[in-house]
Amino acid sequence: MRVAYFPGCVAKGNCPELNQATQKIAPLLGIELVELTGAPCTGAGVLQAQNPVLADTYNAKTLALAEELDLPLMTICSTCIGCLRKSNQKLSEDEGYRAEVNAVLKSGGHEYHGGVDVTHILYVLIKELGLDNLRGMVKKPLTDLRIAPFYGCYILRPASIMGIDDPDNPTSMERVIEALGGTPVDYYGKTRCCGFPIGLENEEASFKMAGKHIGEAKDKGADCMVTPCPLCHMNLDLQQPGVSQVVGRQLDMPVLHLPQMVGLALGLSPKELGFSKHIISAQGVLAKVGA
Amino acid sequence: MIEANLKVYRYDPQTAQEPHYDTYEVKELPDFATVLDALIKVREDIDGTLAMRCSCRSAVCGSCAFRVNGHAKLGCKTKVSTLAPDGEEICVEPMGNMKVIKDLVTEMDIFWDKLKQVKPWIETVGEPPEREYQVPAAKMVELQQPMNCIMCGACVSDCTVLEEDSKFLAPAALAKAYRVVGDPRHGKTKEWLTDLSEEGGIWDCTRCLECVEVCPKDVAPMDQIIKLREQAIEEGLTDNIGAKHVLHFTESVAHTGVLDERMLPIKAAGWGWAVKNAGIAIKATLKGKIKPLLPGSHPSVTEVQDVRRIHEELEEGKRK
Ligand code: SF4
Ligand code: SF4
Ligand code: FES
Repeated sequence: MRVAYFPGCVAKGNCPELNQATQKIAPLLGIELVELTGAPCTGAGVLQAQNPVLADTYNAKTLALAEELDLPLMTICSTCIGCLRKSNQKLSEDEGYRAEVNAVLKSGGHEYHGGVDVTHILYVLIKELGLDNLRGMVKKPLTDLRIAPFYGCYILRPASIMGIDDPDNPTSMERVIEALGGTPVDYYGKTRCCGFPIGLENEEASFKMAGKHIGEAKDKGADCMVTPCPLCHMNLDLQQPGVSQVVGRQLDMPVLHLPQMVGLALGLSPKELGFSKHIISAQGVLAKVGA
Repeated sequence: MIEANLKVYRYDPQTAQEPHYDTYEVKELPDFATVLDALIKVREDIDGTLAMRCSCRSAVCGSCAFRVNGHAKLGCKTKVSTLAPDGEEICVEPMGNMKVIKDLVTEMDIFWDKLKQVKPWIETVGEPPEREYQVPAAKMVELQQPMNCIMCGACVSDCTVLEEDSKFLAPAALAKAYRVVGDPRHGKTKEWLTDLSEEGGIWDCTRCLECVEVCPKDVAPMDQIIKLREQAIEEGLTDNIGAKHVLHFTESVAHTGVLDERMLPIKAAGWGWAVKNAGIAIKATLKGKIKPLLPGSHPSVTEVQDVRRIHEELEEGKRK
């Protein structure tokens, strides 16, 4: 299948290993990535606080780029999918608002008509590729790996915008983990916030959130965590040394990006999947799957 | 007729050291029964010692919020058949972030204290108009959303930041604050927003959307918080990390179309932040995770000129 690919700022910035891993697994899964090189940042819910119409117009531009290609728009970031779907809902449902936004967009040669399917690689795996197909592609099953899925916020909530998985009791990550041969670890914090958005404003609370979820996953016997969101990854991995300090516990929890986990099961090497870029070494996990 | 299998949190701090759970098989409930109906049946037919609050049974009074399977919900708005179509166990616990008085009854002080803190009233300035104060209809429609709050506490129960920081004003009070500050009759917008910009205020929300998801009345507290942020910036209340975070974010995207995450924290939180985080930044740079801060190291989108044009047009338009 072909998708309009929107990697987002973080997968091209502080989490380059996420874009790298996605580019590596896509051909093996039969997904052709047509990258939207002209598409701007989604606003990440931050820019929205200064100028919501500006954020919607940036997103309308991205949606129009996908519409011009007649392809579904695939993200690899929960925040990106959340922001794009929110704008998409407003623009697709409210004709007057769409006309207002298009009036600005048109001078740049784009126009959005509405209705583009905005999805995430997690949902592409489940709904487009199918878990049976995915299972059939596994070369190195993740047997013996206890994996704690960390959903975070935007990929689930609000259900009125996301509407793909049950926000109270999601199952998609668990189903992917199982299809790859791993064992999902259940814990309360899997749908809670990683704390990243207030890392600057209230670092202590931010780090306590991350520490609580990592600690809970550890107590439940997880070998690693896996997340569909690079912003979560930044608080869970990049900031983990600071998080450990704040919660007064050595956490040492490897955190995988979803495409990295898929890549391991497809038999790709840790180098190809960018594991050397992680702050918390995933050596133990890699050894367990013989990678 | 349906059945409900309940697992209910029980705790009486006056007699017990620790909470425990009791399970109840509630039989012969009507097909449309709610979790509250099942709990009432427990209290009436099985175990009269179960303590809980309820009144209207129609999602109006706001007294029956509990955590149902881990998330705050109105008991009277949650159907047993939707939650447990095959008789699955339903776990009912008291709201989070509040002290338990007994079983499912929580102390609501935290809720009311925070509400008082945001000064939930309108103060006009100047001479009153000859006739009534007038508010545009569209504004009233918009304010209807925070006005719909029935003060059930569900959002406060599940607020992520409040769990870690008791100073946080939390969603219900902040939504109410927008109901006041967003009202054109309110004359002390800047004064209110100045208080709301303090520690524990509008900039401490982590945008986790829990409050939006659990609110039974579609108040969308987080959306109201974002509107307060926008108003605070418009009022020029930008000398804090939260507002700077937003302003530099917008500026960075306007410049290249892509957020420069390396510079944003330094610009928002200052060089002190950079010094404090130097260790991890160097480590990440050496690992090739973060690109070194060299000129030209930040990418641009191919249609960057169009991004700049959109930004100029809409920011300019906003200033007018
Ligand atoms: S979005 Fe903000 S106010 Fe709402 S629950 Fe999350 S942290 Fe609390
Ligand atoms: S905002 Fe919604 S969840 Fe919060 S107290 Fe009001 S009605 Fe309840
Ligand atoms: S009993 Fe009144 S809201 Fe549920």
